[in-house]
Amino acid sequence: MPMPDWLRRLREKDVPAEDAALWVKCPSCGEMLYRKDLEANLSVCTKCNHHFRMHAYDRINSLVDGDFVEIGDEITPGDPLEWTDKRPYVQKLESDRQKSNLSEAVVTGFATLDGFPVALGVMDFNFRGGTMGTVVGERVTHLLEEARRRKLPCIVFTASGGARMEEGMLALMQMAKTTQAVERFMSDGNPYITVLTDPTTGGVSASFAFQSDVIIAEARASIGFAGRRVIEQTLRQKLPDNFQTAEFLLEKGAVDMVVPRVEIRNTLVRVLDYAVDRKRVAPALKAVPEFALQ
Amino acid sequence: MNLIVERERGPLQELETRIATLRERGSGSSGDVAVLEEKYRELLGDLFGNLTPWERVHMARHPKRPISDDYLAGFDQLDELHGDRHFRDDRALVGGFGKLRGRRVVYLAQRKGRDTKENIRRNFGMVSPEGYRKARRLMDLASRFGLPIVTLVDTSGADPGIASEEHAQSEAIAMCLVALSKATVPVVATIIGEGGSGGALAIALADSVIMAENAVYSVASPEGCAAILWGDAARAPEAAERLKLTSNDLLGFGIVDRVVVEPLGGAHRDPAGFVDVVLGAIDQELTALADTAPAALRESRYAKFRRIGAWERAHMTRMATALT
Repeated sequence: MPMPDWLRRLREKDVPAEDAALWVKCPSCGEMLYRKDLEANLSVCTKCNHHFRMHAYDRINSLVDGDFVEIGDEITPGDPLEWTDKRPYVQKLESDRQKSNLSEAVVTGFATLDGFPVALGVMDFNFRGGTMGTVVGERVTHLLEEARRRKLPCIVFTASGGARMEEGMLALMQMAKTTQAVERFMSDGNPYITVLTDPTTGGVSASFAFQSDVIIAEARASIGFAGRRVIEQTLRQKLPDNFQTAEFLLEKGAVDMVVPRVEIRNTLVRVLDYAVDRKRVAPALKAVPEFALQ
Repeated sequence: MNLIVERERGPLQELETRIATLRERGSGSSGDVAVLEEKYRELLGDLFGNLTPWERVHMARHPKRPISDDYLAGFDQLDELHGDRHFRDDRALVGGFGKLRGRRVVYLAQRKGRDTKENIRRNFGMVSPEGYRKARRLMDLASRFGLPIVTLVDTSGADPGIASEEHAQSEAIAMCLVALSKATVPVVATIIGEGGSGGALAIALADSVIMAENAVYSVASPEGCAAILWGDAARAPEAAERLKLTSNDLLGFGIVDRVVVEPLGGAHRDPAGFVDVVLGAIDQELTALADTAPAALRESRYAKFRRIGAWERAHMTRMATALT
C-alpha cells in the first residue's frame, strides 16, 4: 500500500532543528517520544495512546486525499471592543498568530475525502483556546453557506473553550449566526457531521457542535457545556475523572460514537458513504470549480 | 452585598420614612410632603442618575426587581404547559399558551424567585436541559399553531450542575437555538434582568430583542470574566465596563432592537408601571411583525444575526465608532 499523501507530507514537513525539540514528553505516561514518530502517529502517544491536541493543518493533512482549498482566510480579526485586560487583545492575537501559525481559531475550505468532495472546518485550540469570536463565527457561517450553495456535505472538527470574552456580546451572537447557517444548510437536506475534539465546551458546544446529523467524539476528548473548574467551584466538590469525557458522553447518550484518532478518517468516509450516493459524486465534483483542477 | 441595596439605605430610606409619616398625618402637611418629594427626586438623581455598568449589573440582580412572574401577571390569561415529555418539569423556565393584550401567544419565561425558598425551587432561574427541551417543544408548537413567541429572559446562566452535564446541556441549548431559527412565527424576546450568556440566548434568538434599561446581557458574568482574564475576580467592575453589557451598548451594536427606559432608581421603584410599559412595547413589536409572511420573517431573522460581526471593514469601523 502506497504511503498516503497526508502521511508523506507530514514526514516531509521540514522543521528547523533549532525550532523544535526533538523529544516530547507525554503528559500522561511520561514517556519521552521522538517528535517525528509522534507526528507520524497523528500526535497520539505510541506508548499509552494519549491524544495530544492536534494542529489544524496537521489534522487537515491527516484527512484529505490531495489538496485542501482554503476559503475565508481573508477574514481576520479586528478588535471591536478595543479590549484590554492584562494585555491588549490585539497583542494577544499577534502572539497567538506567531505561536500557532494560524490566522484564527478555525481553518475552513474544501477537499475530498476518499473521493467525496466535502466542506471542511477544523478548529484549533492553539489560537485563543479555540474560542469563538466574530471571525470563527463568520468563517464557519461562510463555510456552511458555500457548502450549501454547492450542495456538499460539511464536516466540522470542534475544539473550543467557548465564546471569546474579548469580543463580548459580538462573540456570543456568533452562536445565533452559526446556528442559522447550520439550520439552513441542513433544511436543504445536506449532511452535516461534527467531530468533537479536546476540548469542546461552552458556546461552540452549545451551537454548531451539537446540531449535526452525526456527532463523532474523538477518544478521550473533554466535552461539555460548563467548564470543569466552574462546576467544581460552584458545587465545591471534586468531579470524577471520567466526567465530561467522550466516553462519559457516549454512556449518557449524547454522542453517536467515540472514535480514536487513527480511525477518524475511515469513520468519516464510512459515514459519508451512507450519507452520499457515490454515483452522484462525480457530477458534484464538476460543479465545484475548486475541484476542477484535480 | 448588592451595591444598589446598600445605596438605598441611609438618607434615601430616611427620606422615604419621613414622607410616609407625613402622608399618614393627612392633608395639612401636603406642602411639606411636596418639598420632601422634591428632595427625594433630587437624591434619587444623585444616587442613580448615572449608573456605571457594574452598578447596572447590581441593578439587574436587585432583590426587589420585577421578575418574570410580575410580567406574566400582566397577561390577560395564561395556560401553562408543563414538562419536556422525557424526564421532568423544570421550574426555572415556564411556558405555555397565553393572551397578551388580546393576542394569542406562546410564552416562555426564565424565572427567578422572590425569596430563598422560591429561588431554591426555581434553581435561581438557572435552566436545566429539561427546561430548554420544554422551551424547544413549545417553540415548535408555536409554529404549528401560528402563534407568536414571547420570551422573558432573566438568568445568571444555564445551570452548571453535574446532572445538567449528564443530560447534555449543550445539546439542549443548541437545539433551542435551532428551533428559534426555524420558527415560522414572530419571536419577541425581552431581557428583563440578567441575560447570562448562552443560557439566555437560547430563548433570545428573536426578530425583536427588547431590553430593560438596567438589564444586562453578557457573554460571561463580570466576575467569571475577571477571574479568567485578569486572574482576579475582584476586577469584576472593570470587566463589566469592558464587556459592553448594558442596554445602550447593545443597542449600538444592533444586538438589541429596543430599550425600555426605567423609572429613576430602577424598575423596582414602580414595578407595576414598568411592567405595563414593557408589555406595551412587546405588544407593539408583535403588531409590527404580525403581517410579515413566514418566509420573509425567517429571511430577515437570518439577515439580522448574519450581520453581527460580519466581515466588512466598514462595518467593523461603524461598530467601533458606536462604542466611543
